[in-house]
Amino acid sequence: MPDFSYGGTQDLAAGAQRLVSKRPDLTMLSRTADSLYWVSRYVERAEYLARILDATTRLTNLPSAYGGAGTEWHSAVLTAGCEEAFAKAYGEANERNVCDFLSFSPDNPSSIRNCLALARSNARAVRTALTSEMWDALNGAWLELQRFEKKRMDREEFARFLDWVKNVSLVFDGSAYRTMLRDDGYWFSRLGVYIERADNTARILDVKYHVLLPDTEQVGGSLDYFQWTTVLREVSALTAYHWVYREAVKPLLIADLLILNRRMPRSLAACYENISRFLDLLGDAYGRQGPAQRQARKTLASLSNTQIETIFEGGLHEFISDFITENNRLGGTIIDQYLQ
Amino acid sequence: MAAFDEMTGSGAELRPAYEALDRWLKDAPPDMLALRRSQAELFFRRIGITFAVYGDEESTERLIPFDIIPRVLTKPEWTRLEQGLRQRVTALNMFLADVYGPKECLKAGIIPPDLVYRNACYQLEMVDFQVPHGIYCHIAGIDIVRVDADTFYVLEDNARTPSGVSYMMENREVMLRLFPELFAMHRVAPVDNYPDQLLATLRSVAPRTSAADPTICLLTPGQYNSAFYEHSFLADKLGVELVEGSDLLVRDDVVYMRTTQGPKRVDVIYRRIDDDFIDPLVFRSDSVLGVPGLIGAYKAGNVTLANAVGTGVADDKAVYSYMPEIVRFFTGEEPILKNVPTFRCREPEANAYVLDNLDKLVVKEVNGSGGYGMLVGPHANKAQIEAFRRKLIAHPDGFIAQPTLALSTCPTFVASGVAPRHVDLRPYVLSGANGISCVPGGLTRVALQEGSLVVNSSQGGGTKDTWILDA
Amino acid sequence: MRISISHTISYAYAEPARHITQILRLTPRDHDGQHVMAWRIEPTIDGRLQAGQDAYGNIIHRFSADGPITEMAIQVNGLIETVDLAGVVRGAVERVPPDVFRRDTMMTMPGSELRSFVGAATSGADTPLGKMHALMEALHETMTCVPADQRTGIGAAAAFEARAGIAQDLAHVFMAGARHLGLPARYVSGYVAHAAALPQAAGAHAWAEIYLENYGWIGFDCANGLCPIDTHVRVAIGLDYGDAAPVRGARKGGQGENLAVRVTATEAGARASNQ
Repeated sequence: MPDFSYGGTQDLAAGAQRLVSKRPDLTMLSRTADSLYWVSRYVERAEYLARILDATTRLTNLPSAYGGAGTEWHSAVLTAGCEEAFAKAYGEANERNVCDFLSFSPDNPSSIRNCLALARSNARAVRTALTSEMWDALNGAWLELQRFEKKRMDREEFARFLDWVKNVSLVFDGSAYRTMLRDDGYWFSRLGVYIERADNTARILDVKYHVLLPDTEQVGGSLDYFQWTTVLREVSALTAYHWVYREAVKPLLIADLLILNRRMPRSLAACYENISRFLDLLGDAYGRQGPAQRQARKTLASLSNTQIETIFEGGLHEFISDFITENNRLGGTIIDQYLQ
Repeated sequence: MAAFDEMTGSGAELRPAYEALDRWLKDAPPDMLALRRSQAELFFRRIGITFAVYGDEESTERLIPFDIIPRVLTKPEWTRLEQGLRQRVTALNMFLADVYGPKECLKAGIIPPDLVYRNACYQLEMVDFQVPHGIYCHIAGIDIVRVDADTFYVLEDNARTPSGVSYMMENREVMLRLFPELFAMHRVAPVDNYPDQLLATLRSVAPRTSAADPTICLLTPGQYNSAFYEHSFLADKLGVELVEGSDLLVRDDVVYMRTTQGPKRVDVIYRRIDDDFIDPLVFRSDSVLGVPGLIGAYKAGNVTLANAVGTGVADDKAVYSYMPEIVRFFTGEEPILKNVPTFRCREPEANAYVLDNLDKLVVKEVNGSGGYGMLVGPHANKAQIEAFRRKLIAHPDGFIAQPTLALSTCPTFVASGVAPRHVDLRPYVLSGANGISCVPGGLTRVALQEGSLVVNSSQGGGTKDTWILDA
Repeated sequence: MRISISHTISYAYAEPARHITQILRLTPRDHDGQHVMAWRIEPTIDGRLQAGQDAYGNIIHRFSADGPITEMAIQVNGLIETVDLAGVVRGAVERVPPDVFRRDTMMTMPGSELRSFVGAATSGADTPLGKMHALMEALHETMTCVPADQRTGIGAAAAFEARAGIAQDLAHVFMAGARHLGLPARYVSGYVAHAAALPQAAGAHAWAEIYLENYGWIGFDCANGLCPIDTHVRVAIGLDYGDAAPVRGARKGGQGENLAVRVTATEAGARASNQ
């Protein structure tokens, strides 16, 4: 098409104009906010699943002398938080079953496929609340996914698929960051990202907490080293770890990085810094604070005022379980306060 | 029967409105039209794809074919048409106010009362209810066909939720992008002020109790409705919220939207949901698309529905045949737009003629007579005709019949090159407390198959941009 | 006859309902055949109850309440004096022209089997009134009136095919037949008190009314095989059940609804008994 332009910038201009005429008092339909929130959550979840599969594949690719007890695939299912559905559909946790279940299975409500489908159908319902870049990212991904689904994949092809999923999330997230108006629509979409991300990071820690406990037998053995780095890889933090701590990989520091370090974008503290910020922006814009704001601030304060040693003393597992519960509760509060 | 061609009349002449277009078509390099057509398709596919029509398992929707050669009408032709449309829509609104109010036209014998009373679209809930500002049909789409240089017929009035206006606007948009040189050669009346006019119309009919700046929303059945693209397109252009039934709630006879800041009052609802589904407490109780209590709020005068409930009684095919009398009765004027000659099979003499000429006529069922379908005599086989004959004898009330019309043709770019294809026209007429308005032109639909008279998009019809030359 | 009526409609929800809206058609009006002496509608939870009328002139109450609601009931108590007019309805509020009631609705579409049954059953009679009596008797003979838990299908065609249905279905079948013959027919929801003459048990009931030139509206009760007498209390009319239903409602939340209905309609003075 030689002399034909799509006029993407015009779309943006139209969106900006709409905001002025449509919502002088900054109100949006609860359903629209709800969809924006869930679009982001599902995209974030799809990326997280891809990361788990990627890290697990690496771990199981090691020669068995370095590898673990052969429970890596089971652990992947646990980390994804869908052991019940998996047990019902497959039973045995081997590479093929787990990859299939977490990637394409229609029986798994949180498979990568279903996450992308749900993200897209939520987006479609509120199409005009998204920018065309965001929509194109999701819709393009959905069309592309059907091509992947039809293929028989070897490991190499599957790795390409996982990279592609991570890329979809990057493009979507980048589109939102670069093209969305900074108003409540953007804030709800960000809340979705960070609530989901906090949940994901906490789940990894919850499944792997025993790996991080300091008193396991062969501390410093190669097995531990690879288990630990797997945790870091799952959240894309291996390089970050070395930059932050400039030390060999140690469980305590890994936990510190993923829980308390605000420089680490996937840490629980960083997620709550953002959650609290976006909730405050909403509260200011709407002129009303509510239980969501109070709850987020409380969690942020407790993450700021604690030390990783204290957490270990009180029990890492207990801490993380409590966090997951609190984070879910905040999700529910946000829904009650704004989205229905 | 040779049809009137909008470019060449009976075939020999070149009608003045098409002179520049004809020159341009002759000068155009052979592959240019094909190229532009594929660009136009890309454009539509992109906005279609944007709304996920394409590649969706659950949707059977496709792109409606677009023909790049515009259909051209002159200013005098349009002026006459517009007068006729204003007159017709005025009469439709007066008719509706009458059948739901004093019923003068029934008392005067203009139309048989049972045609109204037995019609399922005659909503009893609306009887003796004063709709806000007395307007029922705020948005009408009147289907017009042309048979010669001077004669336009109304084929059908659409008084419920007429669709297609987004195609009128998008067709113009793509033409402006693809053929700037053509617009330089013609002075074409713009259509892009339609959303402004629609918004002004909707604002003008807000309940008198509403705030100075009424809140308007567009109520859609949702993303799986075939016209969802149009709903979201219009909501966006109007700058109003696109809501589904579940986004609205009714408390103490006031309608609210559920927003992130709590309930927000709604004053005017441009609804694209049929009467039957709009309130499960009053109409179909199995409807999940509607808003429980909406009719209560409407009747309390706290919200305006556009169009009003119950407008379907005015566009019924049996009522249609009485439109000339209805226009005369309510406006005191001769109808400017003619009806297609129509045989009312409920009248024994007419039915006798219809039964004798089934092979030449189009027989259509009227509303509420239960799925008997339609017979196109010239294209039907003996068995189909006999089957219809039995239906007509058993239920003469359920049918009307019309002669097959030679719809006018327009040059159209098809596989074999540029060739004449039959067209109709759906202009959109807006009625508010601020008066009647009508954007020049409308949606031209074209039957892409050679010889076909069926312009419906569901049966292979396409659309064209419609130009009213402003000089 | 003086009839005392008590009608309780109870709802329980497994998950609390956040909001409930209902339209109640539970209040009779006076006409020559009945006089309302006392009537009360009481929801058991706080909410807004607003009286009004619908398009047919039925008295309606719109009730709405905010949750959380785990259980609620609508209680109706009334006393009404009736006289036997052999089914003729006089002095009632008539808002809607008879022609309206010639419309077919989804509930009253006759199947081909019912159409031929109607033809055969009414061929012996030569007046519309005679045809309606013949049709009522034939349907009363042919169809069984069953309790709600034995209902097999909804709508006239399905009920006729099964040759069984609740009183509502029999009314729809009869209406479908009358409309098939071109006569205006409407649905009546109401109550019937216990009487020796009636095969059907006392309680909530439904029958049909047919418009006949020179007579006006006349009731036909297929379930009992007679035109309504002083045991019948007329509450609401409509094109079919949907328009005259005692309760139409919608709710937010409230999954797992459990509905229980208890009705007594007894001759006042007699000892109440639970049927």
